[in-house]
Amino acid sequence: MAIIEVRNLSINYLTDNGTALRAVEDVSLSLEQGHSLGLVGESGCGKTTAMLGLLRLLPAEGRIVSGEVWYGGVDLMRISEREMQKYRWSKMSIVFQGAMNALNPVRKVGDQIAEAILLHEDVDKATASRRVGGLLETVGIIPEMAGQYPHQYSGGMRQRAMTAMALACSPDILIADEPTTALDVMIQAQILNLLQRLQKELDLSIILVTHDLGVVAEICDDVLVMYGGKTAEYASVDVIYNDPLHPYTQRLMQAFPDIDNPTSTLASIPGFPPPLDALPPGCRFEPRCHLRSEICSAENPPLVEVKPDHYVACHQVKG
Amino acid sequence: MEQFKEIWGTFRRRPIGILGGLMLFSVVFIAIFAPWLAPYDPDEKIDVEPGDLLAPPDAEHLLGRDDAGKDVLSQLIYGARVSLTVGFVASFMAMFIGTTVGLVAGYYGGRIGNALMRLVDFLLVIPDLPLMLVFISMWGRGLWKIILVIGLLGWTYTARLVRSQVLSIKERQFVMRARALGASNFRIIMRHIFPQVLPIILAETVLSVSGAIIAESSLSFLGLGDPMLISWGMMLNFAFERAISRMAWWFLLPPGFAIVWVSLGLVLMGSTLEEIVNPRLKSHHLFDPRKMMALVTGMGSRTEVKG
Amino acid sequence: MQRSDYLIRKTFFALATLVVVIVFNFLLFRILPGDPVKIIVRSPRLTREAKEKLTADFGLDKPIWLDAERLGEGDLAGAFDTQFTAYVRALLRGNLGISFRSRRDVAEVLAERVWRTVVLVATGEILALVFGLAFGLVAAWRRGTRLDTTILLWALFSWGLPTFFLGIILLILARGHLPIGGMVIPGLKPEDGWDYWIDVGKHLILPTLTMTIVYTSSYVMIMRSSVVEVLSEDYILTAKAKGLNTFQILRDHALKNAMLPMVTMVALNLGYTVGGVIQVETVFSWPGIGRLMYKAVMQRDYPVLQGTFLLLAVSVIAANLLADLLYSVMDPRVKTE
Repeated sequence: MAIIEVRNLSINYLTDNGTALRAVEDVSLSLEQGHSLGLVGESGCGKTTAMLGLLRLLPAEGRIVSGEVWYGGVDLMRISEREMQKYRWSKMSIVFQGAMNALNPVRKVGDQIAEAILLHEDVDKATASRRVGGLLETVGIIPEMAGQYPHQYSGGMRQRAMTAMALACSPDILIADEPTTALDVMIQAQILNLLQRLQKELDLSIILVTHDLGVVAEICDDVLVMYGGKTAEYASVDVIYNDPLHPYTQRLMQAFPDIDNPTSTLASIPGFPPPLDALPPGCRFEPRCHLRSEICSAENPPLVEVKPDHYVACHQVKG
Repeated sequence: MEQFKEIWGTFRRRPIGILGGLMLFSVVFIAIFAPWLAPYDPDEKIDVEPGDLLAPPDAEHLLGRDDAGKDVLSQLIYGARVSLTVGFVASFMAMFIGTTVGLVAGYYGGRIGNALMRLVDFLLVIPDLPLMLVFISMWGRGLWKIILVIGLLGWTYTARLVRSQVLSIKERQFVMRARALGASNFRIIMRHIFPQVLPIILAETVLSVSGAIIAESSLSFLGLGDPMLISWGMMLNFAFERAISRMAWWFLLPPGFAIVWVSLGLVLMGSTLEEIVNPRLKSHHLFDPRKMMALVTGMGSRTEVKG
Repeated sequence: MQRSDYLIRKTFFALATLVVVIVFNFLLFRILPGDPVKIIVRSPRLTREAKEKLTADFGLDKPIWLDAERLGEGDLAGAFDTQFTAYVRALLRGNLGISFRSRRDVAEVLAERVWRTVVLVATGEILALVFGLAFGLVAAWRRGTRLDTTILLWALFSWGLPTFFLGIILLILARGHLPIGGMVIPGLKPEDGWDYWIDVGKHLILPTLTMTIVYTSSYVMIMRSSVVEVLSEDYILTAKAKGLNTFQILRDHALKNAMLPMVTMVALNLGYTVGGVIQVETVFSWPGIGRLMYKAVMQRDYPVLQGTFLLLAVSVIAANLLADLLYSVMDPRVKTE
C-alpha cells in the first residue's frame, strides 16, 4: 500500500529578471509503507528541490507549478498552509543536508527536539523530556547531552541529533537529504545502520536523497534517477543495478567503482548538466549521451513503463 | 574601472538612489552658484529699522529677515557652502585616515594590526560630541579646527570596515600570485587590494559626509562654529537664542530643513550604493507561502512565469 | 572557564580606556596654551582660601608629569610628587575641582544633576529599544513590501535629522500644549508631593520624545538587518519544517538570535546617545549634565567642562562593559574568544 504518491510534480524558481528556471518537471513517484526510495542524481538535478516541494518548504523564489501529493487520502498541494503545518514533522519529517547550522545555536538541543513533540502532541513537558532522552539514545547519544548546545556537539553527533529530532513525532515518512555527505566513513556507516534499523523496527518509510550509489545499493528498495529536473529512470534497486536502461543510469553505474573488478578504469560522463534557464527543446541528457540520435534533440522523451514496474524516459529504449 | 561602470549601471536603475543624488546635487549647485543665486549679500552692511528685525517673509525677502535684519534666504544659500565644505573635507579626511589604517592593520596584521585596532576600540568608546566640545572650547573656534576635529574622530568605522574586507581579500588567489611573483607589499596593497575595497569605501564615504554635516551643525548650534562664517548650524544657533520667543519659523525652520534635505539625499544615495556593493542576496524563509502555491491553486498571477 | 577569560579581557580593556581618558583629561587642561588652571589662580573671583586649597589639592605649584630633578637625585617617590599624581589622588577622593562660575564643588554640582539626565536617557533608550525591536522585526519579516519600505524610509529620515533640530520642531509644534523648557514650574518643590512629580513628568515628555525618535531609527535599522540575516539561516527552515507557524518561529527562534547584534549596537551607540542628550537638554533647558556641559562651554568654566567630560566618558565605558557582560550571558557560544 502506497503511503505517499506524488503525481506530476513541477517546480520553478524565479530569477531576478523574471525568467523561470524549471528545476523540477513532471516527477512522479510512489512509496510503499516500510520501503525506502533512493532519489539519485548529480548535484543540481532537482532532487532536493523536489523534496522541499513535497513539504512545501521552498525558498521565496520557488513556485510549485503543478502536481499532486497524495497522503492519507488528501492532496497536500491543495490544503491551506495552516493545515500543512499539522502534517509537517508529525507525518513527514526531513533531515537536511549538512546539519551544521540546521540547529538553532542559542537553544539547547534537547529543547529543540522537545519543541517538536510539544507542538504536535498533547503531552506535558516532563513526558516530552523523557522522550527526548529516549530518542537521543536511539541514535547513540547519551541523554545527558540534551542540555548542551549545538556547538558542543561534533559534526556527526549533530547529524544524529537531527535524525533523532526527525523521529520525535514518529512520522510515517522520513526524508533524508544527503545524510552521509561531508561525514567520515565510520559515521556514514553508523547513520546508515541506524536508518536501516529504524526502517525495520518502526516500519518507517524513507526517501533517501543522495548522489552516492553505494548508499543506495545498501538500503534502498527502489531508485528514482533524476537528470536535469526530470525523471530518467525509475525501478527497483535490483533492476537499476543489473539492468539499467537509460543511458545516464548506465554511465552512472560505470562511473561507480566495482569492488569485484578493481582494475577496470572509472568512466566519467563528459560534459555538464544543462543550465536550467537554457534548457534544450529535446532530451536534456542528449548533449552528453552515447546513444543519441536525431529525435533526441528534437523531442523530450516521455516516461514510459518499458517493463513491468520499470520506467524509462528515453527515445532509444523501447518497451 | 570595469566594476565602476557596473556599479553605475545598477545604480542608474535604482530610483531611490537617483532621488538621493538629485537632492544632493541640487544643494551642491546652489552652493557653487551662491553669489548669483542669493538675492542679497549677507556680508553687506545694511541700514535696519526696528521693524525689520525678525520680519516675516514678504515679496522682497522670501524667507523673511533674521534678528539683525538680514535676509534669511541669502544666508541659507551661502550657508550651504560652509556646511558642504566642512562635510566633504572632514569626511574625506576621515576616509583617508580610516582607509590607511584599515589597509595597514588588515594587510600586516600581527602586532601592528592589533595595536591599531585597540586604538580604534578606544576611540569608539569615547563619546564623540563631548570630546569635540572639549577640543573646540579649549582650542578655539575656526573652520579648520572644526574640520580637523570631526575628521580626526570619524575614521574609526571606516578603519574597521576596510580591515575586515582586507582580511578576506588578502587570502585570495590573485594576491597570492602577486606575492609569488615578488611584488612589493606596497604594490600589492595599492594595485590589488585597494581597488577591491574602493567601492565599499565610496559607499561608506557618502554616508559619512552626512554624518559630518550633522556633526558640524551640532557643534555650530551649540555655539562652537566659526564666528566669521555662516553655516546652517550657526543660523540655528542664532535662531534658537533669539527668535524662539517670537516663533519666527522662517528663521528657525529653513536651515534645519536644509540640513535634513542634504543629509537625506546623502543617506539615500549611500544606502543604495551600499546595497549594490555589499549585496545580501539571501532570501529568507518567512515570506508569504501563498506565493509559492499560487500556480497550483490557481489563485495567483500567472504573469510571473515567463519561459 | 572561558567565559571568565572573555570578561577579564573586556574589564581590563575598560580599565585601560579609563586610564587613557583620565590622562587625556588631565593633559588637555594643563598642556594647552593659556593654561586655564593657572588662570584660576589669578582669577579675582575666588577667595584666597579657595585659591590656596586649589593649589594644594591639585599641586599647582609642582611640575606637571615628572620631577626630573628629584628623579636625578634618586628620590623616586618625590619624583612622582607632581600635578598628575595630585590630580589622580584628588580624583580618587571625588574631588573634581571648583567651578569658575559658581564657585561650588564640581563634584557636588554633577551629583545634583546626574539623576535628571539618567531619567531622560533611560526612558528614551528603553522606549527606543522597544519600538526599534518591534518595527525592525516587522520590517524584516515583511521585507520588500510597502510596509517595510515605509518603515525603512522613516528610519532613514529620522536618522538623518539632527537631534537638536527635531527638538526645535517638536518645541514649535507643542508650544502651548506642553511645557517646553525647564524641569518644573518655578515654585513647585519635591515637598509638594504628587503635584511636583506630575509636573516633572509633563516637562519630561518632549525631551524624551525627541530622544526616542532619534534612537529608534538606528535600532530599527539594526534590528531589521539582523532579523533578515537570521531569517535566512538554516535553522529557520528547520523550524518551519517542524510545523511551527510564523509567529512561533519569530518568537522562539529568530528573536533571540537577532537581538545579539542589538546588544552590541546599543553599546556602540552610547557615545552617540550622550551627544544627543547634550543637544536635547540644551533645546529644552532640561537641567541635567548635558545642559551643564553646554553652559560650561559658553562660560568657559573649565573645571566643570573637565568634570562633565570625565563623567560622561566613564559612563560610556562602564555601559560598554555592561553590554559586553550581557552579551556573554546571552550567547552560549561565548566560550571561545
